[in-house]
Amino acid sequence: MARVELKNVKKSYGVAEVIKGIDLDIAHGEFCVFVGPSGCGKSTLLRMISGLEPITGGDIRIGDEVVNRVPAADRGLAMVFQSYALYPHMSVRQNLSFGLENINTPRAEIERKVGEVAKMLQIDMLLDRRPKDLSGGQRQRVAIGRAVVREPKVFLFDEPLSNLDAELRVEMRGEIVALHRRLQNSMIYVTHDQVEAMTMADKIAVLRLGRLEQFGRPLDLYNRPDNLFVAGFIGSPKMNFIRGRVSESDRTVMELETDERLTLPENGFAQQPGEAVTLGIRPNQLRAGEDGPIALEVATIEQLGGDSYLYGKLRNGTGITLHLAGQTSVRIGEVIAITPEIEAVHLFDSETERSLRLS
Amino acid sequence: MSRLWSFLTATRGRDRLHWTDWVSYGYLIFGVLLMFGPVVWLVLSSFKSPNELDRFPPRFLPYAQETLEIEGFDSPLLAFIVTEGELTGEVVGQTRRAAGRAEVVLPADPETRIRIPANTLAPIEDVAFATENYTSLFERFNFLQFFWNSTFITVMATALMLLVNSMAAFVLSKYEFRGRTAVLLLVIGTLMIPQTVVLVPLFLIVTEMGMFNSLWGVIIPGAATPTGVFLLRQYMITIPDEILDAARMDKASEWKIFWRIIVPLSAPAIAVLAILAIMWRWNDFLWPLIVLTRTENFTLQLALNSFQGELQTDWPSLLAMTVLTLLPIACVFMFLQKYIATGIASTGGK
Repeated sequence: MARVELKNVKKSYGVAEVIKGIDLDIAHGEFCVFVGPSGCGKSTLLRMISGLEPITGGDIRIGDEVVNRVPAADRGLAMVFQSYALYPHMSVRQNLSFGLENINTPRAEIERKVGEVAKMLQIDMLLDRRPKDLSGGQRQRVAIGRAVVREPKVFLFDEPLSNLDAELRVEMRGEIVALHRRLQNSMIYVTHDQVEAMTMADKIAVLRLGRLEQFGRPLDLYNRPDNLFVAGFIGSPKMNFIRGRVSESDRTVMELETDERLTLPENGFAQQPGEAVTLGIRPNQLRAGEDGPIALEVATIEQLGGDSYLYGKLRNGTGITLHLAGQTSVRIGEVIAITPEIEAVHLFDSETERSLRLS
Repeated sequence: MSRLWSFLTATRGRDRLHWTDWVSYGYLIFGVLLMFGPVVWLVLSSFKSPNELDRFPPRFLPYAQETLEIEGFDSPLLAFIVTEGELTGEVVGQTRRAAGRAEVVLPADPETRIRIPANTLAPIEDVAFATENYTSLFERFNFLQFFWNSTFITVMATALMLLVNSMAAFVLSKYEFRGRTAVLLLVIGTLMIPQTVVLVPLFLIVTEMGMFNSLWGVIIPGAATPTGVFLLRQYMITIPDEILDAARMDKASEWKIFWRIIVPLSAPAIAVLAILAIMWRWNDFLWPLIVLTRTENFTLQLALNSFQGELQTDWPSLLAMTVLTLLPIACVFMFLQKYIATGIASTGGK
């Protein structure tokens, strides 16, 4: 079984530590997405799992074997690279069969497997072409085909869709998910695009600066983010953050920097009187109206027909995004009152940035 | 063919020649004369007889005097036309010449010998190619042996050099190891040492290793060149690392990565290096001159040199062999020259 387990995995280049101890457990057959801003170490972590990058601490297990010292070729993995990394001087057929030739697969077997995979990925009419004669989407398919044909235990994808245009990206996204469903293999997928992560993953690992911020199901991350970073990273448009302090006298009242007051849920969060807190609320969970606890000066309005987005500022300058279903008659420059839906509120400690949610 | 012609006759002016046409064609023709003049002169001279070579002022085409077969004479007589006197305009064969007077016969009347002043005779000449200059190379000298020696050295040395240099370049461009920059600097640093400086130590090493008077003694010292390593390394750097990583994930050994990925992708740079190496090795003179002393080991360049004696130079053989020596390298250059530009210009990548 191809379970991938990381225990306190570390990587440093000289004194610079880029992966600062990561624990992860990816079950067999799971589609796991590593997501994070650029420079967070997600690609490095993937390369460490692949064996292309040696680790400087901890253990990586694939199946039940510790593979720290096993070279990339012998880990039973296949990888799809961001630039596709097809062999430019070989035809598509040779690209697909190169890996099989290296493990001395019989000629007939290679033919059969390449044919099958090419058919599955609809590249069977391109087999005699060179990569430079293919479009971006076709190259992507060939790159995936090269990984699939070797029947690996685990697939690794390193931002495979970032070179495609938006439309093709959505299409390929669907195909990779369908591929996963068909092959039932474990897949580890790196992306900086949280939409990709949300739509494809069984489990998401959010990384920042070489640390694992949160690991869990997409909706768990969306509904119960562990900290400010995950809350801000997952979900589009971004969650709104309003800073303030819990009232000394009443822990269900939050005093904002603008001297306005908000009601906090009494249960579910461990806020203490007087504590500096940040309240998080998603744009679609804010209500706008004539009266409400917070005043918002509208700066920009985007009317998409079915939805409307209002961008505005609180009195202290904090930017707020507001999503409204349907069309709106609000004008730019108008000051409206907004109310967070109390059951949808997230509360974080302003100093540690950790969620105050009681699990 | 018509495309070639329209290329060669392209002009800027539509109907009349624009002044830039005059300038550019003038410049190009001047260039052609400058480049090809000496070569054409060499080729034509190689077909001249020794007398014709000594002639001053020289003539462009090779000429030879015509001869007459006249009854009663064992060997053909040199043909002349008479310019003065009674026989003006007659073609005669010269039998003897001494002290400003010549004895001639008319082809129609071989019995009568006529004595006339030698300065009234003008030789009858025609364009004739002295091909014996070439045939004698094969008869009198062991031309094929020299040719084989040169070919063997050029082919083996080029193959060996490409192998050694590309492997060194692969390591220096694609592996991270301590001291990589130091090694590279060391390699490039040797460029600053002129070959003449290391000539004597190199000779001692070659002699110690028993390669004196052996073709391998010429081949091996030049098997790795700093320029070659540097040129290939700069090219290989442009091959994306991800392709190598992909090959590693495809279970290719490092050796296989080199042969199946790096070498084919560096083909343009390798071609450039091959051309340079072939030209260098074929035309190399100094080092073979030092290492090879026995005639049977001579390369063409050394054989050419041996025609040039202290007192006398065998010009016909020298010129003919020079032409034959030029031919292979000219062919190599003609077929491979397009790679020089593309190899240096292209940077690879996707």
